[in-house]
Amino acid sequence: MGRVLAVRLVRLVATLFAVTLLSFLLTSLLPGDPAVAVLGQDNIQNPELLAEVREELGLNDPIPIRYVKWLGDAVRFDLGESYINRGQEVSETIKQRLPVTAQLAVMAIGIALVLAVPLGVIGAYKEGKWQDSTTSAAAQVALSVPNFITGIFLIWLFAVKLDLLPASNWNRISDKGLSANLKTAILPATALATTQMAIFSRLVRADMIATLKENYILSARAKGLGDRYILMRHALRPSSLSLMTIVGINFGALLGGTVVIETLFAVPGLGFRLINAINQRDILVIQGITVFVAVVYVVINTVVDLLYAVVDPRIRRG
Amino acid sequence: MSTTDGAPHTPDFPSDRLTRVSTSGQIDSGSTGKPKRATLREVIGEMPVLVKISALWLTLVVFGAIYAKLDVTVFNGALPLQDPNLQTNNFDVNTGAFGTGDPLESPSLSHFLGTDAIARDTFSRIVHGAWVSLIVAGVSASFGIIVGGFFGSLVGYVRGRTEAVVMAGIDVILAFPALILLLALVSIFEVRSLTLISLVIGVLSIPTYTRVARANSLAISNREFVLAARAIGTKSRTILFREVIPNVMPTLIAYAMVSAAFVIVVEGSLSFLGLSVQLPQSTWGNMINQARRDIKSNTAQVLWPSLALSITVLSLNQVGDFFQRRGSNRDAAL
Repeated sequence: MGRVLAVRLVRLVATLFAVTLLSFLLTSLLPGDPAVAVLGQDNIQNPELLAEVREELGLNDPIPIRYVKWLGDAVRFDLGESYINRGQEVSETIKQRLPVTAQLAVMAIGIALVLAVPLGVIGAYKEGKWQDSTTSAAAQVALSVPNFITGIFLIWLFAVKLDLLPASNWNRISDKGLSANLKTAILPATALATTQMAIFSRLVRADMIATLKENYILSARAKGLGDRYILMRHALRPSSLSLMTIVGINFGALLGGTVVIETLFAVPGLGFRLINAINQRDILVIQGITVFVAVVYVVINTVVDLLYAVVDPRIRRG
Repeated sequence: MSTTDGAPHTPDFPSDRLTRVSTSGQIDSGSTGKPKRATLREVIGEMPVLVKISALWLTLVVFGAIYAKLDVTVFNGALPLQDPNLQTNNFDVNTGAFGTGDPLESPSLSHFLGTDAIARDTFSRIVHGAWVSLIVAGVSASFGIIVGGFFGSLVGYVRGRTEAVVMAGIDVILAFPALILLLALVSIFEVRSLTLISLVIGVLSIPTYTRVARANSLAISNREFVLAARAIGTKSRTILFREVIPNVMPTLIAYAMVSAAFVIVVEGSLSFLGLSVQLPQSTWGNMINQARRDIKSNTAQVLWPSLALSITVLSLNQVGDFFQRRGSNRDAAL
């Protein structure tokens, strides 16, 4: 176990180094003067500000030193200040918007799991029968329709036709309470959930088909245990391992993957802010959100890997 | 679904297989093509009905895209397809009259799928949008198969330090959530052309192809025919190009279909966000984005490009899955 942990930690550090370096280079890769790019068209006429930005970015230093300085600030969660929207700390923005995106991701994974597990179990139990082909075909379609199209469909159905739920906007739990919040969250979360649901249910199905062929299932059957009991208690448990892994990885991916859905539903999360920043060419905000999401993603993946090793002894030894 | 669904590809007779492997190391689709290589007609015959329909749709999309491009670049709009950017209600200088079109028209003989919010022909815009999807998917697949396929096959065969270095680099790129990295890269550029978008997406496609190619190359490099070739003193380079790469390719091409589906969705998302190829060039993503604003008054205008995009992605997944299944049967027969 110690060895696995050590190897994973070394890889984690190396990946974090590379991820932060790439994000840092974003300002340097820009054509022309980084200070001008950071300031934007409106502010470059102001020589004082230009000097301030030069100082702040340390543009007179060579790149390695700049990187170390930037990283030093970044680990203290100081990602600079937006010059396009004066006085806005990038880290403040992230703190404000992360809960929204995280809530969406958690809800999406939750909805997906609630739907996917029964679908996957049915598919495996009725392998080759019509129940299986129907759920598999549904999963195939859910996997192929891009989530923004699902989102538009949900808007059309629930906001335009049925007039049940709002098509956009977001109510914070702290301002409007839970039920108002859920009203605005349910559609974007469902749109995100459909793809995840398809991935999960395929995984559960494939895993369970393999498990159901094991000898211990046969012996459970021979003992006369009921089908439902075998499915839930004996067969589903081993599948939960791989499900846990993919849920972990996809949760990390969703933090970045909510971009499109947040834009479609005007949800004030990290992704929507990122798109605004790109449209305004607000480089420091782009950089901050990029590096934040990437680091969270990398860390989550490592944690999931380690958890997997803890739970499954075969990997611990390998 | 037809009864031929999932029928296994008949494995070669064992003794035949032994002789063939020891002489050339080629599997039945090897580049020398001597031992039975399935013809196009045979492959199509193996397809279940749904896969056939998918393949037909993809063929239509490819031809439509090329037709639209030829219409603009070679024939100057002389082919029978309307100008995708013409606002049909505009004042025409040549005729001295306003056009007969209206915004958000319903489908008719003059506009098969109606018109969009500024009276442009939706059918034509969809066909022209197919070109963007085609190019992005094509460039990504070429980069992936050529660059990723080569490096993956190479490091899977030679192993050692080269493998460690290449795979570490790949892990780093894959450590980023794909869409975030793409957005960060795209945000650098102020002018986004089709060339730029397809190059960025193409480069970002290389890592996953390298992974797939490496995994296959690892397995193939341990097969008897490769060991045999090495034992009789064949040069490493010859083994790589004659034995390993030809056998990695079929898997990689099947993977390319599934990957193309993903890439088309990524480009669609980018277009939807207004960060892909710039207007007035139509893409399925930007058509959906523009039409969703009028969803209350005209649902159909959102529906058409959404259908085009979804059906194309579904078809690519179907055909890709088919070739992957076929490939794994082939490997089992090896």
